[in-house]
Amino acid sequence: MTVAIIRFGGSNCDRDAERALEHLEIDAEIVWHEDGLPAETSGIMLPGGFSYGDYLRAGAMAARSPIMAEVREAAAEGTPVLGVCNGAQIGCESGLTEGAFTTNESARFQCEHVSLRVERDDTPWTAAYDEGDVIDVPIAHGEGRYEIDDERLAELEDDDRVLFRYCNEDGETDPEANPNGSKHNVAGVLGEHETVAVLMPHPERATLPDVGPTDGQGVLRGFEAADGGA
Amino acid sequence: MTAYTATVTVRLKHGVLDPEAETTQQALERLGFDLEDLRSADRFEVDLEAEDADDASERASEMAERLLANPTIHDYDVEVDER
Repeated sequence: MTVAIIRFGGSNCDRDAERALEHLEIDAEIVWHEDGLPAETSGIMLPGGFSYGDYLRAGAMAARSPIMAEVREAAAEGTPVLGVCNGAQIGCESGLTEGAFTTNESARFQCEHVSLRVERDDTPWTAAYDEGDVIDVPIAHGEGRYEIDDERLAELEDDDRVLFRYCNEDGETDPEANPNGSKHNVAGVLGEHETVAVLMPHPERATLPDVGPTDGQGVLRGFEAADGGA
Repeated sequence: MTAYTATVTVRLKHGVLDPEAETTQQALERLGFDLEDLRSADRFEVDLEAEDADDASERASEMAERLLANPTIHDYDVEVDER
């Protein structure tokens, strides 16, 4: 399989993602958005960064680029799609996933390690974990507060489409463990299909043993798991 | 065809937290101003040629729906003036 890591003007985690996937021996290729999806694409990663300077809203411009129509089509056909940080904002802006990631409650850019509770272990992205596991993954964002109206959030929760929540080291999702004011501590959600996921924390920054914790590896292994018919 | 300016105002929906507005309010209070609340909004002024005001308004609304606003968190309104 080859994971297409889509580079927009202002993406800056594309090479980190490539290196992290290579470390896991998952074939990956950076693709400039204007070039469209390569024919051999069997997974898609929307990397972090500041596409188009976060103009208008974070992810708004990239979400309307022509390649995103191809990404939505591929996602509907079952191609695994993972959006991380700015990629998560792009995912929500483009309708791949519901809700919106907007200004942190602190109104500040926050760059820190957080604990995430795995809410489901039966998706490709979380098959490496057990439900309730607490993993250490860094965040780096100014607009990561998950916002959605209460009714839709209840529906998402009923459908079991919340993938990760911010929690403390004991796995409790209390307000102090919520770094950005996200509703119900939501850090990552699934799209219509469980092969589509977005999250604000950076699993690719928690993959290489040389740079710290490696708890993020399991999320990236989702590309393999999805390919294996999970 | 007539020249119009369509003004699109995009606001956060009622009840959606606005940390930038809160920070701005705090800064005003530090300057000694007395205020109860403050809300912020984005305003876009779109110059366009249209058959009539309804046509201009409809096109500006579509711009808001498809890009300028995010329906998950925003409400918007459109005002049209001849230019």
